[in-house]
Amino acid sequence: MNPDRIQEKLEILADAAKYDVSCASSGANRSNKNKGLGNSSASGICHSYTEDGRCVSLLKILLTNHCIYDCIYCVSRKSNDIKRAAFTVEEVVDLTINFYRRNYIEGLFLSSGIFKNADFTMERLVRIAKKLRLEYNFHGYIHLKTIPGASDELMQEAGLYADRLSINLELPTESGLKLLAPDKNRQDMLTPMEFVKNGIIQYKDEKKIFKKVPKFAPAGQSTQVIVGASNENDLQIIKVADHFYKNYNMKRMYYSGYIPVSEDNRLPSMHTSVPVVRENRLYQADWLMRFYGFKANEILDHNVPFLDLEIDPKLAWALRNLQVFPVKIQTAPYELILRIPGIGVTSAKKIVMARKFQKLNLEHLIKLGAATNRARYFIDFDTINPHLKIMDEQNLRQHIIQETKSKFIHTTDRQLNLFG
Amino acid sequence: MTTLVYDESFEGLLTAVFHVFESKLNAVEIVRKSQFASPLFADVQEIISDATKADRVLKRLHEQLGKESVRMLVYSFFSEDLKMEKHVLAAIRYAIANPTKNVWTDFANPDVLQLSKYTKSVGREKHRMEAFIRFEKYKDEIYAAKIEPDFNVLPLILKHFKSRYQDQLWVIYDIRRNYGFYYDLHELQEISLENIQTLKQANADSLHQDEMLYQTLWQRYFVKTNIVERKNTKLHIQHVPKRYWKYLTEKKI
Repeated sequence: MNPDRIQEKLEILADAAKYDVSCASSGANRSNKNKGLGNSSASGICHSYTEDGRCVSLLKILLTNHCIYDCIYCVSRKSNDIKRAAFTVEEVVDLTINFYRRNYIEGLFLSSGIFKNADFTMERLVRIAKKLRLEYNFHGYIHLKTIPGASDELMQEAGLYADRLSINLELPTESGLKLLAPDKNRQDMLTPMEFVKNGIIQYKDEKKIFKKVPKFAPAGQSTQVIVGASNENDLQIIKVADHFYKNYNMKRMYYSGYIPVSEDNRLPSMHTSVPVVRENRLYQADWLMRFYGFKANEILDHNVPFLDLEIDPKLAWALRNLQVFPVKIQTAPYELILRIPGIGVTSAKKIVMARKFQKLNLEHLIKLGAATNRARYFIDFDTINPHLKIMDEQNLRQHIIQETKSKFIHTTDRQLNLFG
Repeated sequence: MTTLVYDESFEGLLTAVFHVFESKLNAVEIVRKSQFASPLFADVQEIISDATKADRVLKRLHEQLGKESVRMLVYSFFSEDLKMEKHVLAAIRYAIANPTKNVWTDFANPDVLQLSKYTKSVGREKHRMEAFIRFEKYKDEIYAAKIEPDFNVLPLILKHFKSRYQDQLWVIYDIRRNYGFYYDLHELQEISLENIQTLKQANADSLHQDEMLYQTLWQRYFVKTNIVERKNTKLHIQHVPKRYWKYLTEKKI
């Protein structure tokens, strides 16, 4: 192994892989029973965080950035004049094992540009996973990217060795995809997705009958959409998410704010900034649907198709539905406590437990860790809550914005708003 | 006021708690040996750790409050906080006084809340250590990691590393508390270095010939996987506090 060459390859292929925001290593629960190497813990571990604040859990690289496609939002597109490189199967295995042994990573996240054709590329990815599992007795986490159009046979094999499989929808809508990724079509993505979904269901069914069934993608599948490259609204995006959660048993939907990589009149200009606030709001909306019992149409509807950038979607919902509030902290059901702005799942659970012992007041909530700067306007205690006085929408909204500062909105933006 | 002095062990602490109930002591404080400064007029008793007595306390709590209560006690103990004994005793007293209630979920009680805070802090650092430990490979094929955690979490993370790294020799050493554990492919042994300088000054000569290559590759990977356009230093430091940088391969350059 030539150290300089391997370093150069790693730099090129890590750089090209970084736009995939997913880095989760959770949900696999693979144990190490036979003196092998590694295991995966159910909750996942972030071994480091990049300077942009993202979790580094897996060695996230492309096998190669050579690509026959020309998707205009992608750095590795065929027509882009950049340095190209390709790892050998052995090199990827060696890096994974050596990084893992030093506790740098939870495992491997392997994706690739498409060379020759879909199956040729997919076969190479599967071969790496197979080698790690069978030859190196590796039980760490493996996430393989599915190549659109890969055959069922290869997907079957991929499911045996990988913990998670994912295929990126890339753009939330089919029309967006046609415009920006003319070589790709939605169906090539949906077919493998459907296959993985059925494989997982079949595995779970067989598991009920037989004691030992080979694992099939135990951490499920996920997907990613790029936000802000084409012109869809947030309502369309969360409807898409809702659809995939419901119909494809998707574990996670990732939203990736578009980072300008090329000048093209079909794309936002190179000078636009990454829509980080919008991306953050989409994640919040996603969490509301998955953990807080909100329905997509409660978060947005045709009259309000974009998420409010100034306030989070739960607060926005509360302000639109003031008739629900104030919520009686001592008696309201858990589901309703969960809807109070500033109270998350952990605090809500603690409240429901602690209130059995005594009457809770604002002081208690602060100590429990609830974000009372928002919550206090929406709660009724047994004692008088002076904050309830300002419950008229216009006033309340401004009032809360002034008292809570989003860490994502820069002061300069605020000033522009002020004078704009 | 009676002062019970124990030997710094978890067992010792529980034995002291047992003694409080057995002797029906009211005005009492439990103090670990290293923190004990002999007062002039106090009634001081030295507690001798007793596994049977300690177990009885644990069993009683386990029956009434479940597994989680035991975990909270263990984690609180490893916080090494100076007021830890006071809150542990008060919370146990509160539990014993309310035998039919699951008081461990009464977060409005200051002692229960404090134990849950200890548990959270210690649990967070345990998780951080599982993430941030960086092994370096030495010539003798041993993977060694140095740590200096705020809390004494080493005993809590061994299980994780033992099940993960079964086919390599490794050592994790707490420099601050001067002890560590060595895994010899079969079992764990507690070790304590007489000359801690050797570990602190381990230089390139004693490292395996490939070690620096993989460290460099990891550092370069860390740089390249970052998206410059999204730089967010505040968030970065929030996730990886500076006090951990010293032993992080990717941050120590």
